[in-house]
Amino acid sequence: MDDKVKVTLKIFRYNPDADKKSHYDTYELTVERTERVLDMLEHIKGYYDGTLSFRRSCAHGVCGSDAMRINGRNYLACKALVKDFGSKITVEPIMGLPVIKDLIVDMEPFFEHYRSVLPYFINNDPEPLQERLQTQHQRERFDDTTKCILCACCTTSCPSFWANDKYVGPAAIVAAHRFVFDSRDQAAAERLKILNNQFGVYRCHTIFNCTIACPREIQITEAIGDIKKAIATGKIE
Amino acid sequence: MKKHQIEVLVVGAGGAGLMAALYASKTANTAVISKLYPTRSHTGAAQGGVGAALGNIEEDHPDWHTFDTVKGSDYLGDQDAIEFMCQEAVPAVYELEHYGLPFSRTPDGKIDQRPFGGHTNNVTGKPVRRACFAADRTGHMILQTLYQQCIKNKVQFFDEFQMIDLLVVNNVVAGVVAIELATSETHIFHAKAVIFATGGHGRIWEITSNAYAYTGDGPAVVLRRGLPLEDMEFFQFHPTGIYKLGILITEGVRGEGGILINDKGERFMEKYAPRVKDLASRDVVSRAMLTEMKEGRGIKGNRYLYLDVRPDVVNKYAALDGRKHPDGRPYSVTAEEILSKLPDIVDFCRVYLGVDPVTDPMPVQPTAHYTMGGVPTNKFGQVVIDASNTVMPGFYAAGEVACVSVHGANRLGTNSLLDLIVFGKHAGLNAAAYAKGADFQTLPGDAADFGLSQLNALRTGSGGEKVADISKEMKAVMFDGVGIFRTNDGMADALAKVRTLRQRFKNVRIADTGKVFNTELLNAWELGNLLDLAEVVALSALTRTESRGGHAREDYPKRDDANWMKHTLAWRQGDGGVQLGYKPVVVTRFQPKERTY
Repeated sequence: MDDKVKVTLKIFRYNPDADKKSHYDTYELTVERTERVLDMLEHIKGYYDGTLSFRRSCAHGVCGSDAMRINGRNYLACKALVKDFGSKITVEPIMGLPVIKDLIVDMEPFFEHYRSVLPYFINNDPEPLQERLQTQHQRERFDDTTKCILCACCTTSCPSFWANDKYVGPAAIVAAHRFVFDSRDQAAAERLKILNNQFGVYRCHTIFNCTIACPREIQITEAIGDIKKAIATGKIE
Repeated sequence: MKKHQIEVLVVGAGGAGLMAALYASKTANTAVISKLYPTRSHTGAAQGGVGAALGNIEEDHPDWHTFDTVKGSDYLGDQDAIEFMCQEAVPAVYELEHYGLPFSRTPDGKIDQRPFGGHTNNVTGKPVRRACFAADRTGHMILQTLYQQCIKNKVQFFDEFQMIDLLVVNNVVAGVVAIELATSETHIFHAKAVIFATGGHGRIWEITSNAYAYTGDGPAVVLRRGLPLEDMEFFQFHPTGIYKLGILITEGVRGEGGILINDKGERFMEKYAPRVKDLASRDVVSRAMLTEMKEGRGIKGNRYLYLDVRPDVVNKYAALDGRKHPDGRPYSVTAEEILSKLPDIVDFCRVYLGVDPVTDPMPVQPTAHYTMGGVPTNKFGQVVIDASNTVMPGFYAAGEVACVSVHGANRLGTNSLLDLIVFGKHAGLNAAAYAKGADFQTLPGDAADFGLSQLNALRTGSGGEKVADISKEMKAVMFDGVGIFRTNDGMADALAKVRTLRQRFKNVRIADTGKVFNTELLNAWELGNLLDLAEVVALSALTRTESRGGHAREDYPKRDDANWMKHTLAWRQGDGGVQLGYKPVVVTRFQPKERTY
């Protein structure tokens, strides 16, 4: 499992302190097939060019820091293994958010959309002494959308978001879904109202890029469909 | 340079920091600074559960949880704090549920619970279901839920701000200095109270489950400010990290019936912990694994063993153990149940190993996991600074950065998440109450200089050394010399090498002269923190001539209560080394006994 391969790694570079335009740097590396793209970036930063900048933290796909466009598709660099990409790998920043430096984009517009959908539990009844009860079936209903790590792979792979960044985007809809379908929550109607406008769910044209890009394998397009249906029927099922 | 006045400033936005912020912000002007976006914090990587004696599935009591934690700590935990935590656990977990945390559910709709290492029915000695869980994503759910509630409560965040110094005026905490990563601008946060929730320092070791961000920034800053750190020799190696990568495989796998297997196909934990076997405490299991590998029973002679959760294997051993469901039915699992209870583990194995845990065993080795030591606090979250537990006014710490000490020499699984929510909450409440009655200290004009001088040194070094080389050597040296099994010679050698590395570090010069996201500069500063802490860890460990919990010495294999029932305190002496002192352990109800599982 540890046989080595030669990789040509092409990396998008932009340094606002020095560059007028972006460019690409290319590196030749010999690495194990099971190496992560993130490992290669770390190696380049450590030994070839300390100025290369990118975000990372957990390095195993749960913190959501290192969303990148790798060979034209969004991945977490820590979940992208060399063996799945062949000998030529191109790494670029995720699209649709302003590039700040190299692979680092401005995440603020993304989080602004997230915050706009009331992404928190609302239940104004007096709290019971113990837990609020919820059946396993009710808990299962929204399980998929609880997995979101806010990496932005989905939103920044969506052509509708590229076309108009006022679109709230798949990640924010996933966040709304997680509460709308939680049997304990009481603010579904408000969230559906927020999403029922020209920059809400109807910008989704079921292209499925988001679902393909999601490193947590959330069925995002289906979740957006659930929300559309709830808005159309007024029923949350 | 920008200045801010904030009553309560929280540093770090993992579980402890967010909990502290939620509570402090109820009554005080509160802000959180974090070097990561809050949801990137390492709390999100915690998997198996949060411990609380809810008794939702079978009989359990906070008192049993207290005793198990004391025993798990190998009697080094402070029993007043442990009792407080285990009593507070039950309302704290209900509170998380009221915040909307999506716990997995029992058939009657309550919070589901699973067994975990070292958690027992104190009458029978058998494992008890105490870990409240959300599949194998409990930490993720806690982090997300607390962040969501912070948004709801309009807590003020400064995301991607790196704290580089703690400001102290007249022996009272006065704020922190931070760098805004996007611009390199210096910010002075002038505060009445500061809460450190900066996490651990597991990146000292080569094989680790810890995030890149786990560089001990909080303790390193504390040390440079002349304050002590406590019990730094105690670090937990989790038994089941993915071979080579160190990525955590939750103890919940064994809670669900998974077992450890050596090259001969033996369930070797029977030899080491006859009663609870694979669910012994983490230090016990990690040592057993190392012993198996040293004696040549690693898989195909390699440095890994198998963790096996294939349904037929689980069911075979559950039958041999006589394991039953609470209603008396024999325990058994299906592949679907494994998938639904451990979905992320299955995903990690498929991605990183190309192995499907439902059909193949997982190659695992112990991995550096959790910092038991840290910034000394009392059970109110107040930082204490000497052997008489003198409180430092305005300074609080909670979570992995803190040493309360509730984990003593070895933390029980599920008690880290519990620690975060209980002590995060109380640190927040107490800091806010303190701030209401306190004044802002007057800051000197050169408040930022000490922190900034550390960054400047990294821009002006001779350039003869690389961060990546020093980092790599430190990790290897510490993993070999101050790892799971320790000897005088190994630790002395590691200490000498770390001291050399600290000297070499002075020759580092970073290449990036820019101001926008100069991550190279910050990563270099982080390595300096790790090196400072590695020296303290190695010296504290070398000096403790006994074996206790996570500190296992081949040359002193027995626990020595007569001489070592005490906490280590370590102070930095200028640049010339580390001075050690000690303080007594708080013993209330449980006298030390031999620790067997």
